[in-house]
Amino acid sequence: MPPRPPLSIFTKMKRQAVLQNRNVLGWLQASPLAVVLLGFLVAPIVMIVIVSFWGATEYSIYPAFQFDNYEFLFGSSVTYTVFFNTFKYALITWAMTLVLGFTVAYFLAFEVRSLKWQIGLFLVCTIPFWTSNIIRMISWIPFLGRNGLANSTLISWGVIDEPLEWLLFSDFSVILAFVHLYTLFMVVPIFNSMMRIDRSLLEAARDCGASGFQTLRNVIIPLCKPGIMIGTIFVTTLVMGDFITVRFMSGSQRANVGRLISNDISLLQYPSASATAVVLLCTVLIVIALLLRLVDIRKEL
Amino acid sequence: MTTISKVRYSRRAMLKAGGAALAASTLSAPMVWGQETKNITLRQFGTGVSNLNDVATKVKEDLGFTLEMTALDSDSVTQRAATQPDSFDIADIEYWICKKVWPTGNLQAMDTSKIANYDKIVGIFRSGKLTPESTIAQGTAPHSVGFVDGPGGTSFADSETGWMTLIPTIYNADTLGIRPDLIGRPIESWTELLNPEFKGKASILDISSIGIMDMAMVCEAMGEIQYGDKGNMTKEEIDKTFAIFTEAKKAGQFRAFWKTFDESVNLMASGEVVIQSMWSPAITAVKSRGIPCVYQPLKEGYRSWGGGLGLSANLSGMELEAAYEYINWYLSGWVGGYLMRQGYYSAVPETSKNFMSENEWGYWFEGKEATDVITSPTGDTLAQAGEVRDGGSFEERMGRVACWNAVMDENQYMVRKWNEFIAA
Repeated sequence: MPPRPPLSIFTKMKRQAVLQNRNVLGWLQASPLAVVLLGFLVAPIVMIVIVSFWGATEYSIYPAFQFDNYEFLFGSSVTYTVFFNTFKYALITWAMTLVLGFTVAYFLAFEVRSLKWQIGLFLVCTIPFWTSNIIRMISWIPFLGRNGLANSTLISWGVIDEPLEWLLFSDFSVILAFVHLYTLFMVVPIFNSMMRIDRSLLEAARDCGASGFQTLRNVIIPLCKPGIMIGTIFVTTLVMGDFITVRFMSGSQRANVGRLISNDISLLQYPSASATAVVLLCTVLIVIALLLRLVDIRKEL
Repeated sequence: MTTISKVRYSRRAMLKAGGAALAASTLSAPMVWGQETKNITLRQFGTGVSNLNDVATKVKEDLGFTLEMTALDSDSVTQRAATQPDSFDIADIEYWICKKVWPTGNLQAMDTSKIANYDKIVGIFRSGKLTPESTIAQGTAPHSVGFVDGPGGTSFADSETGWMTLIPTIYNADTLGIRPDLIGRPIESWTELLNPEFKGKASILDISSIGIMDMAMVCEAMGEIQYGDKGNMTKEEIDKTFAIFTEAKKAGQFRAFWKTFDESVNLMASGEVVIQSMWSPAITAVKSRGIPCVYQPLKEGYRSWGGGLGLSANLSGMELEAAYEYINWYLSGWVGGYLMRQGYYSAVPETSKNFMSENEWGYWFEGKEATDVITSPTGDTLAQAGEVRDGGSFEERMGRVACWNAVMDENQYMVRKWNEFIAA
């Protein structure tokens, strides 16, 4: 290709000036993501908010601006029970995944010495994710059932005489499945934070005479806060938005907000489902806002 | 008022116009029927009961065109028929779903003069009566939503008009399924579902429009509630029904609720549940695992349901002809025989007879003792020689229907109460 004639100095300067204007460049770089988020996140949410004020008949929805859906939602005692259940599941699952996730991450980060083994064992943790989470969840059902493995083993050991009924289709089984499904979401960010901790800090702590527990409390946990917070956000949002785990593991006997929404959708009550979704969204956002007040993730990262 | 479909699919009008233009251009060309049908694909969706891959294979073999099947649960089927009219050509739905979906205008009425076996269709679907003396059961009886006044009719007609909403294909009388080995005594009444003896071992289905009918059968049998019409309850009746069941639920009567066919099979086969609402082929599925399971006839009668094929309003031209051809084939016996060997009934039993052995016909339809082993269409053994079908013959079973699956006037109220019941 023949060399292009050199641009006049004036044009060159003008071009550079435009590109060097930090604002323009910044906007350009941010625009692809902004467009994607606007189209696939903001627009649907706006749509949901709009529809939540609409009315519905048996088989159709019609545009309106009425508060019926919200009125019914806040006027029904079911809503409060169901929101309470949702928080209960989120809180218990959070506490258990935190303890488990922290322990696993601690073991990986501090007890396992070689990087090769750390990576290897970390990958082992992800193996269950090779199957779909529905399968991981459903496989508990035959295990926990009245005549399942757990009960028959306990009976054959003589620990119990009668099968334990509460193992399956109960809050226990729901939370068990949640913990099983979501612990890894706690392990990963905590492990990540732990790996960034400067080992000389731990040595310093020991040199200053701190016990293992004191090091953990005063050095490791504070430095893991961002990881814990990210894991917490993952777990709470996943649990609060779930509906299928609750349905399968409770044998449809318990309900959380997600199930309320999915029931409404299956019965073509889109406006009422939207209203519930809006309330749930607000609740989750408030929870996250509260969490972020506790730890400034941006500063810590 | 706008239907959901129109809100969601503003491009639908455009598609229609485009489709018409396309149809016009193809119609002017000479039609080569045999070749063209091979390229036709009809998309059918419906509940799992009759969306069988064997049917699609047989259609390809007998008629030459392709049938794509999608199986969904009842609620999803309703949702799809009401909101995504462009996603299907043939809707395989139940009559109560038809009552809900017909007003959306997503289905078109069918000309019965094009249905070869129309005159042989069982009376239940035409006059509403099995025999001239029968009384019509409560609920959404198929004939009451089976006809409209003309091709564009939007309200249901109360007699045969020559324009059918659904062509009936499959129906049955449902009752409770039990595990006789784990119960060990005769079960005779719907009240047994709430008998404290089966605490933690009972189940009902979590599909509100069907579940409420099972509940009503139980409450009525208990003598707690006298319904004016179980298929169209008043708010008061709905409240009372749910009060009884909520109390039972809180007392731990139910082990689980089920929503899909497979769930009901697993609950029963694993022994988690010993008495529950169930569908006939689910009993078959439990039995074929070698586990005893009985579809127990009860003295108060059956809760019945019927399904049929409806045509999408978007079907026209060659596809519409193919759809009629498919429906005629459906009623001509092969599918009927297949379904009857699973324990359902065919809308035109006499054509199905040709596709069943004498032993099978005697066992499934006439309620006679099996003279030889009875197997399912897939080859599993269902009954040995000498066994009799639970509930007996066709007339005995379909003649004792107490109510049909229904959609009530107070449906929205009922659904909200159902949600409360599940969350209670």
